[in-house]
Amino acid sequence: MSAITGPAVAAGMEPVLDIQGLCVDYGRGRNATHAVIDADLTLHRGEVIGLAGESGSGKSTLAYGATRLLRQPGIVTDGSVLFTRDVSRPDTEIDLLDATPAELRTLRWRDVALVFQAAMNSLNPVLSVQSQLTDTLAAHRPHTTKRERIERAAELLELVGISRDRLKSFPHELSGGMKQRVMIALALALDPQVVIMDEPTTALDVVTQRQIMEQIISLRDRLGFSVLFITHDLSLLLEMADTIAIMYAGRIVETAPARRLFRAPRHPYTAALLESFPSLHGDRKVMTGIPGSPPDMRKPPKGCAFADRCKYALPRCTDEQPPLASPAIESGGGRQVACWLHEENALPDALSAPEPGTEPAGTARESFGGPR
Amino acid sequence: MTDMNTGTPPVPVVDRPRGEVVLEARGLTKHFKVRSRPQRGQRRTRAVVHAVEDVNLALEAGRVTAVVGESGSGKTTVSRMLAQLTKPTSGQILLGGKSARSYGIKAYRRKIQMVFQDPFSSLNPVHTVRYHLARPLKIHKRAGDKTGASDAVNALLTRVKLDPPDQYIEKLPHELSGGQRQRVAIARALAAGPTVLLADEPISMLDVSIRLGILNLLGELRDQENLAILYVTHDIASARYFADTMTVMYAGRVVESGPSLEVTDNPQHPYTRLLLDAAPDPEREAPPEIQARGSAPSLINPPSGCRFHPRCPLAMPICAEQLPPDISVGEGHVAACWLRHDDYKTNTGTTTLAGDSPA
Repeated sequence: MSAITGPAVAAGMEPVLDIQGLCVDYGRGRNATHAVIDADLTLHRGEVIGLAGESGSGKSTLAYGATRLLRQPGIVTDGSVLFTRDVSRPDTEIDLLDATPAELRTLRWRDVALVFQAAMNSLNPVLSVQSQLTDTLAAHRPHTTKRERIERAAELLELVGISRDRLKSFPHELSGGMKQRVMIALALALDPQVVIMDEPTTALDVVTQRQIMEQIISLRDRLGFSVLFITHDLSLLLEMADTIAIMYAGRIVETAPARRLFRAPRHPYTAALLESFPSLHGDRKVMTGIPGSPPDMRKPPKGCAFADRCKYALPRCTDEQPPLASPAIESGGGRQVACWLHEENALPDALSAPEPGTEPAGTARESFGGPR
Repeated sequence: MTDMNTGTPPVPVVDRPRGEVVLEARGLTKHFKVRSRPQRGQRRTRAVVHAVEDVNLALEAGRVTAVVGESGSGKTTVSRMLAQLTKPTSGQILLGGKSARSYGIKAYRRKIQMVFQDPFSSLNPVHTVRYHLARPLKIHKRAGDKTGASDAVNALLTRVKLDPPDQYIEKLPHELSGGQRQRVAIARALAAGPTVLLADEPISMLDVSIRLGILNLLGELRDQENLAILYVTHDIASARYFADTMTVMYAGRVVESGPSLEVTDNPQHPYTRLLLDAAPDPEREAPPEIQARGSAPSLINPPSGCRFHPRCPLAMPICAEQLPPDISVGEGHVAACWLRHDDYKTNTGTTTLAGDSPA
């Protein structure tokens, strides 16, 4: 996959979706559960951002909050979500959180499309693939003729690698992977700028999963949309995402370019998460996962939420919430970490690995070139 | 917790001695009868899904055997047959050398216990942890009087690392996290005092950070209590980490089996290679070449010969005609592939699989 060096990345320094200080609560008043706290995330044009975290970490809530799709009792309490359709025209910038229902209705799907979790069940079982695709087109592009819409639907299917004679098929006649492809075709129907994918491959077999991921990346390279990819499977993101954001207990704890996050994690949670995936190469090592379980979000701890599972925790960690900031250990930008270890100069070896690129060329590959 | 980046010593799992065979499957086959949709102008026909075909498997004491495959490969059906939850169409199951049918179902269940995939639905939401564990103790008459039962429940909780037991014993399932629930489910299986645990995807519903904890717990039970464990999974990386031997299934048949490091590091069947290539692997520098496109075949009319041949990038004419025999490709390592057969090795010009070339 061209995820790491894709042409879109180099060009994509202009933000498309800029989430700043987003806070989402479930419930109101004193009983409110803070599901997403002060999340900053910037999606650039053509970029694939992976958002990883355990269940309950708030990753889906963040995406639905930012697109105003949350249902009661979910409430966005603070922040801004700036969407820019055309950088050269500042008047196309809109804060989704202030948008009127009418604005939202035209903007959703045309500009920001979604592929939902359990996508296999989000197709309507009593409608053919064709009518689901053409309905979407008819709603957003009422001036088109029926024939144009059917032609576009066929094009979309071919775009995701399904032959056009499947237009008349019903969802139950398609395999899981094909249903997922139809969902992606549906999301791309109106040439959106941003596609949010919430665990799109979780229910699929590994081989199908890999084919879908390849498809997403190659479509991104061709069409230039941006992807916010939500998953609990960090190992999947490391291969396909440009940038990865790690969430824990409602907060983003680390963001970095994918390769750098993998080679040199800077947050203890990221490092421990990376150690939770058994390798396909080399000697078998004892791996421990992360002891304990995530905190109860109804009673969040005062300091860093990861402190009681963190083997490097300092006294300060249980008292004060660390801010998301550029770590002192790095000269270049592009990374943010919320951890006191960086400020207190108490970094263990595991979190102070040199940045990839600063090490002598060739060593990285050798050290990972296990027998295959 | 061990230090993260400074390599921990490798576990000598490779050298774990072969144990006594506790549970054995010979020629296990399951055909499900289904009614297929009538074609226009035809009468409703009865069709047969060839879900599992001629599977041989031996579970040894003190070892973990993994069955790896995609959904529909028949791996769950195999474990259900071993648990006598599904009746095999043909083939034999031997427990301690004697036919499984010679045991009463209760005596059989005392020896063979299951751990299910979803700890959110495998525990009864209205019963406490105590009830879940005391019940099998009582049914299998392993606890004696009331205080004995209470002690036994405590001991079970300690064995699955829910320590101190008092903190968990009166809890209801919804008060526990996913990992804790799965530990209770394991403790419940242990309550019968089994020699074999059948674990069907025991970690796939759990959060990534706690999966290894459950696998390590099962690993400890294997080592300390000499349990034979069947680990059914779709995740070949976790099977490599956890299992001593690995059996790879495709479309109801075993395609490759052997020591798990040997199978993953030196795969001899193109399907095993495909599974490995498709698995997420951040250490990969370049995207893998996936050659075998398509998806698993219908098992109502399974492909002739090797069931993988329609997808196989290296298929030869023989593959469509005849079922490949089990060919030994190393110590304890068997692949059912014509490419490994003496008569055909030369036909491909090479004995390595495509994609074997160094990355």
